[in-house]
Amino acid sequence: MTGATDAAELRRRTAELLAAHPPATTDRLDFLRARFDAGLAWVHFPEGLGGLGAPRSLQPVVDAELAAAGAPDNDPRRIGIGLGMAAPTILQYGTEEQKRRFLKPLWTGEEVWCQLFSEPGAGSDLAALGTRAVPEGEDWVVNGQKVWTSSAHLARWAILIARTDPDVPKHRGITYFVCDMTDPGVEVRPLRQITGEAEFNEVFLTDVRIPDAHRLGEVGDGWRVAQTTLNNERVAIGGARLPREGGMIGPVSGTWRERPELRTHDLHQRLLTLWVEAEVARLTGERLRQQLVAGQPGPEGAGMKLAFARLNQQISGLEVELLGEEGLLYDDWTMRRPELVDFTGRDAGYRYLRSKGNSIEGGTSEVLLNIVAERVLGLPAEPRTDKDVAWKDLSR
Amino acid sequence: MSTTPTSTQPDLLYSEEEEALRAAVRDLLTDHCDAPGVIARTESDAPHDRPLWKALTEGMGLAGLLVPEERGGQGATHREAAVVLEELGRAVAPVPYLTSAVVATEALLKCGADDLLAELAAGRTIGALAVALNVAPHGAYRTVRLADGVLHGELTGIADAAAADVLLVPADDGGLYAVAADAATVTPQVSLDLTRPVATVVLDGAPGTRLGAAEPAVRRALRAGAGLLASEQSGLADWCLTETVRHLKERKQFNRPVGGFQSLKHRLAQLWLEVVSLRAAARNAADLLATGDEDAAVAVAVAQAYAAPVAVRAAEEAVQLHGGIGMTWEHPAHLYLKRAKADSIAYGTAGGHRAALAELVDLRAP
Repeated sequence: MTGATDAAELRRRTAELLAAHPPATTDRLDFLRARFDAGLAWVHFPEGLGGLGAPRSLQPVVDAELAAAGAPDNDPRRIGIGLGMAAPTILQYGTEEQKRRFLKPLWTGEEVWCQLFSEPGAGSDLAALGTRAVPEGEDWVVNGQKVWTSSAHLARWAILIARTDPDVPKHRGITYFVCDMTDPGVEVRPLRQITGEAEFNEVFLTDVRIPDAHRLGEVGDGWRVAQTTLNNERVAIGGARLPREGGMIGPVSGTWRERPELRTHDLHQRLLTLWVEAEVARLTGERLRQQLVAGQPGPEGAGMKLAFARLNQQISGLEVELLGEEGLLYDDWTMRRPELVDFTGRDAGYRYLRSKGNSIEGGTSEVLLNIVAERVLGLPAEPRTDKDVAWKDLSR
Repeated sequence: MSTTPTSTQPDLLYSEEEEALRAAVRDLLTDHCDAPGVIARTESDAPHDRPLWKALTEGMGLAGLLVPEERGGQGATHREAAVVLEELGRAVAPVPYLTSAVVATEALLKCGADDLLAELAAGRTIGALAVALNVAPHGAYRTVRLADGVLHGELTGIADAAAADVLLVPADDGGLYAVAADAATVTPQVSLDLTRPVATVVLDGAPGTRLGAAEPAVRRALRAGAGLLASEQSGLADWCLTETVRHLKERKQFNRPVGGFQSLKHRLAQLWLEVVSLRAAARNAADLLATGDEDAAVAVAVAQAYAAPVAVRAAEEAVQLHGGIGMTWEHPAHLYLKRAKADSIAYGTAGGHRAALAELVDLRAP
């Protein structure tokens, strides 16, 4: 024990870091590496892996001190998949060697991560995935196609799930790997979406060789390992604390106030209804956060993504209508590969189109409704025809 | 508890004391307010449950929650009263709690009529504000005529007036008057909501005691009524969801529990999301009323604009998803439907509260 579990001690260590590496005169990357080594990267991680084994709730203490001192951050939005999904999975299932190799450059942003889960034939039914990994000596040889991969064109590493045993039911024949995105068998192609840009990629894997040392967890245990990743994804999508009008309702409310000539009675009724629903969704999210802080996590989290997906879509749809003649326009259809995605960025038309993905990505709204019905309300599961059938015998 | 609510972050949770209060009220209602009894009472001479009212007020002191101790009450807040209302809504209990212990009490708090206030807080006297139940916090209300020191006029749609001992009547001189119920002619109207019936009040030269100015008292009373009604609606909607889920797990058709069909699961999951959202909105309104926050008007309007459609839908879904049994007089689902529908009019409709919000948050009409 280091005794670093209280705020005062964390402040002391942060001051020490700042004294030894003054942000004004220290290279950004050098500072981030020093911060990691000081255990102030993610204080709840173990010592030696960027943390101090302190409560996660104390991280804001460190962040506030560093921000006040003008220290650089690791640009968390650029490396969200690494921080939010790969890191917790590596921490839970990785070997000591894997943790030491991967976590530091992941956190500093030197190495970007992406996620190779979804496939053209395995979306909501992710466990049916067909990308094959076949053992060959000390390696696995991987063939298949992945889709909806953000950051694939920037990524050094990927978390990958692949089928290692087609002869057992689908959930049991999956293994979880770390895939080197610089392998010559990895081909990344931009996947242009309805907004005109390509936020995501398709990834083709052809005889990609992955050393067995880059397997996370046991052979055949990949589905369980992936649950860690996916649970963290939903936490990430659940969203941060918002002020009133902090989300999609903000821009349309602003337009309403500034441009009285656009107002109609019908739009007024619909705007007020959505404004109320957005405010109630914000309060529901706030109540969920208060429950978490009080140590009484509620099941509302599963519902928040449902609420925000629907609201984002309806509000942005209303906004396009409100704009009238301007609603006939779109800012730019040019094919681009943005590094960062902002759902409320760009214009109303973009918001309308991009928000269509909100009810698909990270679990479709239909699947989330099933999850709420079964896990929260305790209603019976759908009759399953795939549970005890070997993957190779499933219809496709 | 480690949450530290500030003026900008209302406390949306329930404290341990509030949960204990809930448990006590629920126990009492479980023992003394079962559905067959409530249904039978609706067609009796006494639609209000006076023994239950006595237990809630004289027994538990709940009529005085909003009244400071030095004025004869319990010195609690809207947060606790909201918890009581959640449970009363869950049981569609036919007691005049919202009308007497919240609305009439708030009017008296504003007027400073402390003798009558203490009577109401003790539950010995039931009060009713003689403003029609459909009037919103910002809406127009009728007054009676003051002539030669006595009151004349007819008022309709007065909730729980048939149970009231004293009526708080706005008159055309701008005053609020206390009128003994036996000095008025109170006639029950055949009401959609069997468990919170409305009545007409006729004053034909009735004597009244001037308590103070009507306008501020009525506004304050209706705002508190609207805000805490959301908690009653939250409890009502929660009952509808819980009972419907329970029924659909047990009810079998096509050799399966009906609750296993995806179309029904999705409807119930959606309803669950709305019910938990309503809880947050209602909690927010109760907390801001309790702290006297300047944002309370927005919180009340948001809660009321959201609550009515959710509570009505919960009750409508309960009727539909119970199938034939949901259409019977014997099953209590109809009590909830009738209460929910009447509540959607009480203290202003959702549309009325949206119109109020248009001003409050500067999203003005064309």
